[in-house]
Formats: sequence, C-alpha cells, structure tokens
Amino acid sequence: MSKKIVELLLKDHINALVERGIRRDGRGLNDYRDIEIMSETATHGDGECWVKLGKTQVITGVKVDVGPPYPDTPDKGVFVVNVELLPLASPTFEPGPPGPESIEIARVVDRTIRSAEAIDLEKLVIKRGELVYILFVDIYVLDYDGNLFDAATLSAVGALSKTTIPVVHLDEEGNINADPNERFKLELKSKPATVTMVKIGKKLVVDPNLEEEQVADGRITFGVKEDGRICAIQKGPGSLSIEQVEEAARIALSKYEFLSAYYR
Amino acid sequence: MPIFVEKKPDKLISEDGTRIDGRKPDELRPIEIKVGVLERADGSAYVKWGGNRILVAVYGPRAAHPRHQAIPHEALVRCRYDMAPFSPSTDRKKPGPDRRSIELSTVIEEALKPVIFKEMFGGTAIDIFVEVLRSDAGTRVAGITGASVALADAGIPIRGLVTGCSVGKVGDFIVLDPGHEEDMWGDGDMPVAFFMETGEITLLQADGQYTYDEFQRALKLAYNGCKQVYELQKRAIIEKYEKLKLEGETDE
Repeated sequence: MSKKIVELLLKDHINALVERGIRRDGRGLNDYRDIEIMSETATHGDGECWVKLGKTQVITGVKVDVGPPYPDTPDKGVFVVNVELLPLASPTFEPGPPGPESIEIARVVDRTIRSAEAIDLEKLVIKRGELVYILFVDIYVLDYDGNLFDAATLSAVGALSKTTIPVVHLDEEGNINADPNERFKLELKSKPATVTMVKIGKKLVVDPNLEEEQVADGRITFGVKEDGRICAIQKGPGSLSIEQVEEAARIALSKYEFLSAYYR
Repeated sequence: MPIFVEKKPDKLISEDGTRIDGRKPDELRPIEIKVGVLERADGSAYVKWGGNRILVAVYGPRAAHPRHQAIPHEALVRCRYDMAPFSPSTDRKKPGPDRRSIELSTVIEEALKPVIFKEMFGGTAIDIFVEVLRSDAGTRVAGITGASVALADAGIPIRGLVTGCSVGKVGDFIVLDPGHEEDMWGDGDMPVAFFMETGEITLLQADGQYTYDEFQRALKLAYNGCKQVYELQKRAIIEKYEKLKLEGETDE
C-alpha cells in the first residue's frame, strides 16, 4: 500500500519534470543511458555479448547446434531466441519457466532480426532436408533497471555479429565430423536495433529506466535498420495517438546510427 | 545433436607431477573475485576461477513466498544453482533445473546455512542465486566462495566466510583444484568447503576411490587451497569498501 503511494508521488514528480523536458537522471527525453559492451570472455558460446545499458545488464550467448530442418523449410537453417529473466536480476523475477514478459521480449528480438533478414538462413544448410545448423540465441537478463527490449536486441545482435560456426562435414553414412579449429564467420546482412519509448504524460521518453517504466502510461518499440526502414513494431500497454506513433517512429529511426556504433 | 565429441588426452599428469595445464599438484588456477557487481541485488559477486565465470546474487532477508514455506523462528535460506545454456564447453544445456543442478542447489545451501544467523530473521527468506555463465570444472565450490562474499555484501549477519575448493585424484596424484580435463577424465573429484574461522567442514562430496591415506591428504590439500581462496575473498570485500571510502573522500 505504502509502495503504491510512493509510486503515485513519484509519478507526479516524473510527469512534471518530463513536461519540462527533464528526466530525474539528467538525460534529455531522447537520450539513451550510457552503453557499455563488456570485452571479457564470460561464456562458452560460439558468439557472446555482455551489454550494460545504464544499470541494466544483459548477456547473450549463441550456441551452434546441428539437426534436421523444419519440414516446411528444408533449405533453411534454424534460429531460436530465448530470454530468461533470472531471479538474480530483480526482486520481482521468480524462478520458473519463461513467463509472458520474457516470451514477449524474445519474440520481439526474434522478429526484429528475422524481418531485417539479418541472417541468411539458406547458408546454414549442411544437407538439404536432412541436416542444418541451429543457432540458439540465449539472452540472459542479469540486472534489471528498465528497457530490456533494447538491451536484449543490442546483446543478441552483438553476439550474432561475433559468432563463428564450426564447419560440419557429413560423410556417406550420415556421421558428422568437425574440426574445432575449422570455423566460418556468421555473416549478417543487417544489424538491426530496437528503440523503445514510453509515454509519460503527453511526451515520449527514449530508453526508460525502471522507475520511468513503472510510472509510464504507454510503451512502444520499433525495430530499425541501416537503410532507414522499420523492421518490427511492438506496442506495449497504454494507448498512443497517430501523431505520437509517427513521432516515435521518427525518433526510433534517428537513433539507429547511435546504437549501431556499439556493433562495431 | 552434439557437433564435437571431446577426446581424452593421452596423459593428464607427468611422472614429476606436472599437470595437463602446466600446474603443480598443489597449485590453484587463477582466481579473481569482484563484489557488488549488480545493482538490484542486495549483495552480489562475480567469480572468475580458471575458465569459470560465475555470478552470485543474494536477496533478503525479505518476505518469504510462498508463505507456507516460511519458518517462524528462523530465516528460510534458499539457493538456486543454475547453468546458462551457453555455459558448457560442449553442446548447449537446456535452460531450467535438471537433477544435477537441483542437487547442487541443495548442497550449496547446506554449505552456507551454518554461518548465517538465521535465528535473527524468523519468517523471512534469504535467497541465493548462483548463475554459471561459463563452466570449467569446480563450479559449485566457486559458487559457494562467491555466495558467502555476496552474503557479506548484502549485509546479512554471518559468523564468517565459507570457502570452497575441490581436490581430485589423477593417477596416483592428489591434485588441488582439478581443471576441465582432470574433472572429465581424472580418477576422482572431491569438492570441499570450510567455515574458515573454525575449520569446520560445511560441504564434502566425492566420487572416485581413495585409500584412507589419500583421503587424509586430499582433505589437507583442500584446506590449504581454501586458505589461499579465503585471503582473496577477504581482499575482494575490503576492496569494495576501500573504493567507497575513496569516493566519499572526494565528495568532501
């Protein structure tokens, strides 16, 4: 109960500040928090990326596996995105199978990468209809201080852009052979990013931190890519006017260059 | 299906006791401990131990949910050991608990409980989350080592630190802190944890076969290893607060 009262007071305070174009942490309305890509090797993935977006921390490891393709796409590799909201990351996350929140993030990241046509899945075929590469993209949230969508996309695309795949040979008897030192680089045709905004009062605020997310009246995420096109959209809770959605799209597109610098 | 099948090396240890990774039988792998690495957790630690990378978070004392698990006269201490899908050097691990991680969660919990002043926090829960990001043999002892530092970081009253370290048997040698190959193809693994203040053992498991003499030597070697790790734990905690002190001083 008392928590709710504090939230209401905080909401009024944040609303009043945003109305004047100010945020509690000193950012402008369209500014991201500091982004850091950790350089150390922290997983056994075939590609990995540990991202700090402000105080939010997300790590992605890509594991390459082989297996049969889906029956309806015999000439394509498989790409799977999974998000885990570890109980380590927040007092509100509980152990257990992925819930609606983590599934939504996983699907938005998946959709952004898939519709940007970032991965040429046809190049991930070892033997048509029989054996293809499977890319498991596991996104692990380590510390939750808001905006998991953008942190997850940065981390996932960052990890994919560093992924190398073992060259797998299939002999006549159907056995697989691979040399641990023989690998090829996963080429990405696009490196998309997502830009998430929340509606606070009448204004849009980019890269919300946790308290901004908690008091927001609406949320929208755009997937954007290098050619200035939108490649995914996800509206969260709340409602937005046509003008606001258009403004959100313009802001999102204008942020691509800034975000993509962290893929280099 | 797995792409690679790991091959057993010809030799794990030479006659003079030089191990496959170049260490002497009583030598630890490089260890680094960082304290307070997570924002949301009440206490946290990041442990680099050889090729292991482990994050530990502690929450609590906090309201125990579900309520029926709460114990009126003491805190409920719960541990969840989990391996990330990208943590094994071999193929991907399916997310979520399996039989191994459930057992490890229990033994880690039991290794830490003896030092926690549980009786001070009746009806509450203290949650310890051990997340293995990269595994390279000895994750449970590295997890315990990180967890006790994270408990201290969370400000939870403890009698002292618990320190873990494994010993193993490779051929006729008893070795400290077995590495990946020794763990896979060695002749035995014995993870041990001590409450260092008193020398009491809070974790002890083993597989493999040992004579009584070997067992005694193994325990002694584990204790000597833990003594070194204990110094690193204390150092890590001090470092965090030294940094805070310096930041405080510049503010004045």
